Amino acid sequence: MIGGRFLGQNRRSAAPRLDLSHNIILYLEGISVSFDGFKALNDLNLYIEAGELRCIIGPNGAGKTTMMDVITGKTRPDTGSAWFGQTVDLLSLSEPEIATAGIGRKFQKPTIFPNHTTFENLELAMAGDKAVWKVLFARISSEQADRIDSVLRTIGLSDKRNVLAGSLSHGQKQWLEIGMLLMQSPELLLVDEPVAGMTPQETERTAELLVSLSGTHSVVVVEHDMAFVRSIARTVTVLHQGSVLAEGSMDQVQNDPKVIEVYLGD
Amino acid sequence: MIVRKLLLSDRGSQLFFAVLLATTVLVPLLNAVVPDGSMLHLPNYSVALIGKYMTYALMAISVDLIWGYCGILSLGHTAFFALGGYAMGMYLMRQIGTRGVYGDPVLPDFMVFLNWKELPWFWQGMDHFGFAMLMVVVAPGLLAWLFGWFAFRSRVTGVYLSIITQALTYALLLAFFRNEMGFGGNNGLTDFKDLLGFDLQAQHTRIGLFLATAIALALSYAACRYIIGSRLGRVVEAVRDAESRTRFIGYKVENVKLWLWTFSAVIAGIAGALYVPQVGIINPGEFAPINSIEVVVWVAVGGRGTLYGAALGALLVNYAKTYFTAALPEVWLYALGALFVGVTLFLPQGIVGLITKLARNRTTS
Ligand SMILES: Nc1ncnc2c1ncn2[C@@H]1O[C@H](COP(=O)(O)OP(=O)(O)OP(=O)(O)O)[C@@H](O)[C@H]1O
Ligand SMILES: [Mg+2]
Repeated sequence: MIGGRFLGQNRRSAAPRLDLSHNIILYLEGISVSFDGFKALNDLNLYIEAGELRCIIGPNGAGKTTMMDVITGKTRPDTGSAWFGQTVDLLSLSEPEIATAGIGRKFQKPTIFPNHTTFENLELAMAGDKAVWKVLFARISSEQADRIDSVLRTIGLSDKRNVLAGSLSHGQKQWLEIGMLLMQSPELLLVDEPVAGMTPQETERTAELLVSLSGTHSVVVVEHDMAFVRSIARTVTVLHQGSVLAEGSMDQVQNDPKVIEVYLGD
Repeated sequence: MIVRKLLLSDRGSQLFFAVLLATTVLVPLLNAVVPDGSMLHLPNYSVALIGKYMTYALMAISVDLIWGYCGILSLGHTAFFALGGYAMGMYLMRQIGTRGVYGDPVLPDFMVFLNWKELPWFWQGMDHFGFAMLMVVVAPGLLAWLFGWFAFRSRVTGVYLSIITQALTYALLLAFFRNEMGFGGNNGLTDFKDLLGFDLQAQHTRIGLFLATAIALALSYAACRYIIGSRLGRVVEAVRDAESRTRFIGYKVENVKLWLWTFSAVIAGIAGALYVPQVGIINPGEFAPINSIEVVVWVAVGGRGTLYGAALGALLVNYAKTYFTAALPEVWLYALGALFVGVTLFLPQGIVGLITKLARNRTTS
């Protein structure tokens, strides 16, 4: 599997450069979000190390997706701070700026562009200047085409290159979306429920893919499938009612009485 | 080179250009070369009529660009058409000079009638053709840009956006009706005499306007086709299909929409400017919301998201309209409504969609 970091691009001209000098890529501190009085996130604190593969678990409604919304600029928290490395203040950036700064996101429900081919989906996601005028006259260079083809191999969709993405199977759409993240060459990947609805073989391939991406990327995976989490996780964070309930290895977490009570017990 | 590749890969566009070219050659020939008595002779008013239809096709392409490709349903696009038309109308008004009823060398008749002593500031310079043509592009473009800047930035989409586009054109309708606005009020601008010194009633002027319209249509079509075929075009469709996904891969969706919207409004403005000298009048009725809705019906009937479908729809529906309003005038609005409902229910891809489906079935069976 190829999951390496792709040729470094200079795509952080607007935002300050990502500074990983303390080896922490993401800081969430004291984040609270409420929807009509209901606290979806409640004083959430989370730190992700550079190159780490972190799994986030938690019952439905624990706030996992909301946390990703905060990191990617979709939802603004009521309080708290969110930093990408030492220098990038996520709360001051818009969604596209955050994406360009190096955070890629896969949604819980696969969202790809159904009326574009698999290749075009990856082309659109490709890192580079995305200003209107640049895009109007953009041409694919042969290196870029090679890179798209290499991502197509990584996600196992080479034979679907010129197929409309809308006609892919559910699992293939999930991979395509992960491929779109890779095209952005992000430093941090946020992956919401990647294996929901996948066959066991697809799940296994996805696990391989995510593991191969960690190290060169930091990966945060939200997942309900415990077998899957066990197979990939080094550190697991349990979210409950909008804050962190427990954190540690899968075994530690699974034997934590608090966790057993709210989550694994039932 | 790239444009050629694009056009060759698209059967519908080839057909569009073939028909447009044939029309552009035949109409002047049949009008000017074939003698008056001949069966094949095309009268002057038909030249203007076909020219008018072509401005409708241009308008339809402008709406298809943002609706068919970007999913923005504008129910107020004729606001831009009318603004372009008024800019042209103002130029034509100022060409009348002393030939007006009141014979004032500077002030148009309606201003003399209102007892105005001097030309309002926004009429200054409109006697220069170049400046007026600049306004044809700038007035609708600027309005679209301002409107889009506010609407897209505050992320108004869907039905709400459609409603405010409708409100925009309605507000302009009311404003232009007022005499104090200085655009001729209720009566609008009319009684034009000449354009660049050419008599508007003369045969060669008619043919000239017709050719200008054909060229504008061809160039606008090619420009739209280029945009759609570029990576920007793929981004535009991505915005239509999954807007927030497009944001999360790093595109500033507001800017994409704003740019396309403004470009579309400029095309509408050019259509309006070409329309006015061929029909001889522009009045606030052009801002009427129903006009904008009609354009949407043309595009829906022809088949949205294809450009040539929009042009086809504009021709067919207007042909039907000409027929109906002569034969059964009171029925037309109902027919239009029924057409829209029927197409939405039974032909979501319009006539073009139907033809492609039939063609595909034939090749597979
Ligand atoms: N836009 C919103 N408006 C109101 N409530 C919301 C909104 N988004 C999320 N919520 C609520 O916030 C809580 C947390 O939702 P969230 O989607 O983050 O949970 P989750 O942990 O991702 O759950 P799941 O495992 O079901 O995906 C839920 O109770 C949800 O109903
Ligand atoms: Mg969720």
